[in-house]
Amino acid sequence: MKFWGYRRSDGRVGIRNHVLILPACACGSESCRVVASQVQGAVNIVFNTGCSDVAANTAMSQKVLTGFACNPNVYGVVIIGLGCETVPHQELREKIQKMTDKPVVSFGIQEEGGTLKTIEKAVRAAREMAAEAALVQKEECDVSELLVAIECGGSDATSGIAANPAAGNMSDRFVDMGASTMMSETIEFIGGEHVLAKRGATPEIHDQIIRICQEYEEHLTKAGQNCRAGQPTPGNKAGGLSTLEEKSLGCIRKGGTRPVVEVIEQATQPTKKGAIIMDTAGYDIASVTSMAAGGCVVMVFTTGRGTPTGNAIMPVLKVTANKHTYQHMEDNMDVDLSGIIEGTETIEDGGQKLVDAVMQVSNGRLTKAEAYGFSDIAVDHVCRFI
Amino acid sequence: MKIDALMMDPKDNVVTCVREVRVGETVRYRNGEQECAIVAKQDIPFCHKIALEDLGKDAPVRKYGEQIGKTLEPIGAGMRVDHTNIYSVPRDYASEYMGGGKAQ
Repeated sequence: MKFWGYRRSDGRVGIRNHVLILPACACGSESCRVVASQVQGAVNIVFNTGCSDVAANTAMSQKVLTGFACNPNVYGVVIIGLGCETVPHQELREKIQKMTDKPVVSFGIQEEGGTLKTIEKAVRAAREMAAEAALVQKEECDVSELLVAIECGGSDATSGIAANPAAGNMSDRFVDMGASTMMSETIEFIGGEHVLAKRGATPEIHDQIIRICQEYEEHLTKAGQNCRAGQPTPGNKAGGLSTLEEKSLGCIRKGGTRPVVEVIEQATQPTKKGAIIMDTAGYDIASVTSMAAGGCVVMVFTTGRGTPTGNAIMPVLKVTANKHTYQHMEDNMDVDLSGIIEGTETIEDGGQKLVDAVMQVSNGRLTKAEAYGFSDIAVDHVCRFI
Repeated sequence: MKIDALMMDPKDNVVTCVREVRVGETVRYRNGEQECAIVAKQDIPFCHKIALEDLGKDAPVRKYGEQIGKTLEPIGAGMRVDHTNIYSVPRDYASEYMGGGKAQ
């Protein structure tokens, strides 16, 4: 199976060709928004960190910023910093330039003499970059070049029995074609981690899957929090989820059944091909952010209750098996899998439908969240701001 | 074929109803290509589980081909399976490592 993609100099293939207007800290976010609004082909993110942080949080923010810049859906990057952020814009730019040879420029609001002067320079730079980006020709690429993210959020009782198993079937199909898929949300493995661990390709990966769950739970315990308290929730039980195992199994089913070849830290790039696990929060937006920073080029997002979320650089396909949600929120839903609940299609049919939808989006079809220009972001934190 | 329940894996001993089922109604589901049916001996709400076979006390309940808990009491085929009659089996991380305990 083939698709038309943008091959980058590092060999990875993107399905979009964005100019990314990237704030080096929260204070650069609004200027980035204005710049992106002025240049066709440019997208921006809003960033809420970059200052007054402990080292571990700064490291996380840097992983997200550099990861977004390096994502193969990005042609080039215009960075706007303030001038007194923890990692100055020049340093962020140099860091990105060491990781990729795509065009990167940066400006500091304090050096330039305020917002308008910075925006003027940044718009010019972005305009030139967008003009160059438009000359890049798509080339025919094999499906094995794709890195597909899988996420769930706003779940309901249909998620675990229909949309997630269909996403899992899609994952198996992609892996069998030589492509890679990524599942995350460690907190949602807990209770079913012993089952997920069985998918580990080696005893080490098996134990790594157990370890990320144990460490997550211990981390929360140190902060006096209990992630199992009240799980499953009364609402889950009323909805038919009887035990934590059952709830977690419904979540992890979206990652399919193929061997897990690598477990990676959040917002880092995989080094292997196949089914990948990224250790992230269960908070869907933070997880989506980390997977985009990890280089995923497209995401399948299952939901029961419905969610509008979108990412600036990685198209997000919204999928539901709840017929009411599909009809009621059709402006946000991309794929209807309610036939699985109604018996008119099987989980395997659903998996094929998702493969087809991902291939269409890879060939350029806009997802609904993408057409609206949605750019949700959340950077995970290990500690309070200082 | 119109179905009333989903079987997540052929190893399962419960299926999940995809509509509200009344006592005495036939619940139809697919096991791969095979069409199967069981009569409900209780009302089963939407997205709740129905037992496919007689389960004794402390019997494993399987969904997704995996154990999701054990029975608190005997549950007959066609009966509702939910949080009131199954329990979560406590485990600890230490016992789950293949290498035997958390690596330091």
